[in-house]
Amino acid sequence: MNFEFSEEQNLLREQARGFLQDNCSLKIVRETLENGGAFNKELWTKVAEMGWTSTVIPEEFGGLGLSYIELSVIAEELGRALAPLPFSSSVYLASEAILNYGSQSQKETWLPKLATGEVIGTFALAESKGRLTPSRMKMTSGDSVSGSKIAVPDGDIADFAIVVGKSNSGDGASLSIVDLNQEAVQRNKIKTLDPGRSHADLTFLNAKAELMGEEGAGWAATQDILNRAAILFAWEQTGGSEAALKMAKEYALGRFAFGRAIASYQAIKHKLANVYVKNTLAKSNCYYGAWALDTDAPDLPVAAAAARVAGIQAYYFASKENIQTHGGMGFTWEFDCQFHYRRAKMLSVNIGSEAHWQDKLISGIEQQNAAGEN
Amino acid sequence: MDFNDTAEETKFREAAAAWLKTNVPTAEELKGVDAMGQAKLWQKRKADAGWACLRWPKEFGGRGATAIEQVIWGQEEAKVDPPNTGVFMIGQGMGGPTMMAWATEEQQKRYLPKMASGEEIWCQLFSEPAGGSDLAALRTKAVRDGDDWLINGQKIWTSGAQYSDYGIIVLRTDPNVPKHQGLSYFFIDMKSEGIEIKPIKQMSGASGFNEVYFTDVRVSDVQRLGEVGQGWQVALTTLMNERATIGGGRSGAGFKTAMKLASEVYIDDEPAIKNQGVRAKLANWYIQEAGLKYTGLRSLTALSRGEIPGPENSIGKLVGAPKTQDLSSFAIDLMEQAGVAWTPGLEDDENLFQSAYMDIPGMRIAGGTDEIMANIIAERVLGLPQEPRMDKGIPFSEVPTSN
Repeated sequence: MNFEFSEEQNLLREQARGFLQDNCSLKIVRETLENGGAFNKELWTKVAEMGWTSTVIPEEFGGLGLSYIELSVIAEELGRALAPLPFSSSVYLASEAILNYGSQSQKETWLPKLATGEVIGTFALAESKGRLTPSRMKMTSGDSVSGSKIAVPDGDIADFAIVVGKSNSGDGASLSIVDLNQEAVQRNKIKTLDPGRSHADLTFLNAKAELMGEEGAGWAATQDILNRAAILFAWEQTGGSEAALKMAKEYALGRFAFGRAIASYQAIKHKLANVYVKNTLAKSNCYYGAWALDTDAPDLPVAAAAARVAGIQAYYFASKENIQTHGGMGFTWEFDCQFHYRRAKMLSVNIGSEAHWQDKLISGIEQQNAAGEN
Repeated sequence: MDFNDTAEETKFREAAAAWLKTNVPTAEELKGVDAMGQAKLWQKRKADAGWACLRWPKEFGGRGATAIEQVIWGQEEAKVDPPNTGVFMIGQGMGGPTMMAWATEEQQKRYLPKMASGEEIWCQLFSEPAGGSDLAALRTKAVRDGDDWLINGQKIWTSGAQYSDYGIIVLRTDPNVPKHQGLSYFFIDMKSEGIEIKPIKQMSGASGFNEVYFTDVRVSDVQRLGEVGQGWQVALTTLMNERATIGGGRSGAGFKTAMKLASEVYIDDEPAIKNQGVRAKLANWYIQEAGLKYTGLRSLTALSRGEIPGPENSIGKLVGAPKTQDLSSFAIDLMEQAGVAWTPGLEDDENLFQSAYMDIPGMRIAGGTDEIMANIIAERVLGLPQEPRMDKGIPFSEVPTSN
């Protein structure tokens, strides 16, 4: 039984945590918030120099060729640090999409630049309020793209986007790679719940694009890309949940009321114990997700959905109870509790909500059961 | 990460499986033998071949095995569907470790091998009507009488008292010092004169526990474990082992069976499983079960590496018991009016969730209530302080009580 990180992986974690403590303090996080979500280019460059953006990209494309376990370690630490970076968009979504569905030439074009961080990618999904379905999708995709995608994470700073839309040929959905720095793409940066990560509405006016993967098979590919990304998102959420618990705990130990630390009241102790319980369940589901991702296990869809649902629930719960533990001060602009509360919600709607993934989890199990009966 | 055995573990697993294959009692052997007889037969056979209480030293009837070997043995033993040896669990899980830490060498040699082989069964006499979560508030007293002590009072929630040969017991030997300082720890012969055992009828109708009454029961001072007044410290040895012994789940009523039910019953004109509300609830129970399972695997990995598992496993009972309660309640709801039907004592498909519903309140209380478990996580894992206590530093006899 070896269901733990290796010594080298734990070393990587220590290194990552130390780096982020030095270079991505809550002061940096606050600066991003207060200047309206400006992208922290300096931090991005440093992170790329450390090789984080190239973790799982194969060496032939200029990456480090490490495993998803290493990437999970980095994701957890980025989540813990509330890093104001387009990491999830560029690494978990765009790089993964090209790695798994791009042609050889698309890989050669994009992966080396994604690895060095000189290019940032994102994934454009949502078109209106509510869950996107193939039948309600209006965007068209293929060798050119037309239509609108809304609230695209990092859409204002990304160099290209993977866009899912109805196939131009009329047959199913297709994925395409779209250069966002062309005139036929309009970007409108929007205000959001979490200015620590910028978002933009994107309008494509018959923009030039390159079909990625098989024409008409884009919806299934999207589901697979989201499943894989969900596990890494969940690691970020787990890291954030642990940071929120730590913040609450430290405050409760130092805050006195009625003559003693509020951490000594069972009302607070039980609250924080429940946060710990949810965090632990999320983390253990993430462990299995990391293993499933690393080995391309057949039950990856179920493992991903379980990690994702547990991650969403844990982070939301930890972030709101952190504010509650802080009392009135937790509700102020001055205190840092808001960061986790904002990030928890941003991460929980990016790539699909809790209810969406609960549904996917049960669907995945139904499929397993059906396969078992055949 | 992988789920494979190391080379040594593989070797051990093969040896265990090979022995089990040829030694597990056949249906023929067990024919007409009652549950207790089957348990004793299987336990003795394991002990004779060195497969009982694996982690105990060989001289006490064990095997001197590692923690991970013990786990592997458990996995392999479960595969051959052997007789249930749960009746030995309290003695071997809690009494044994306590005797090993506190009894004399002579006592260890006399009692531990027979405990391992199942020839003698032990029970645990801790809880009292006035001392549940506040265990140290127990009042059953022992008064010195020459070389003996005389016990008077009452214990409660004693599993297996009616068939036990010996029991571990904490008694108040001095009411005039603060609570924890006035306790002493003994082991007693359960057949002693003056012991009266009455089964407790639970709300489900079943009887898994007893009340045990003591009237001038005589126990030799030789059977005291630890010094007079050191009983709480000895009890902590027992309690540290208790949490490993009491689980939170219940086989049967869980995600899998709830999912099956949801596919069979209807909401409006569709199977309930098509309903988004139902799916959301099922998904939440899935991640709880999966989370506990993978948390367990993390602990096993620590054992496999020869390390001490982290605190993660402390969440088991606190997650498992409420989950089973809510899941059972919801499964009954899914059946609507038909869900009210229940034949007590049965755990077949027709009664599974109702039986769990009626039994599970006890699991949220046994071995540390949900609230105590949350305190333990808060204090030992998160490092939060204890609540101030009104009984600190006051003689036990002056502490306010409920009656």
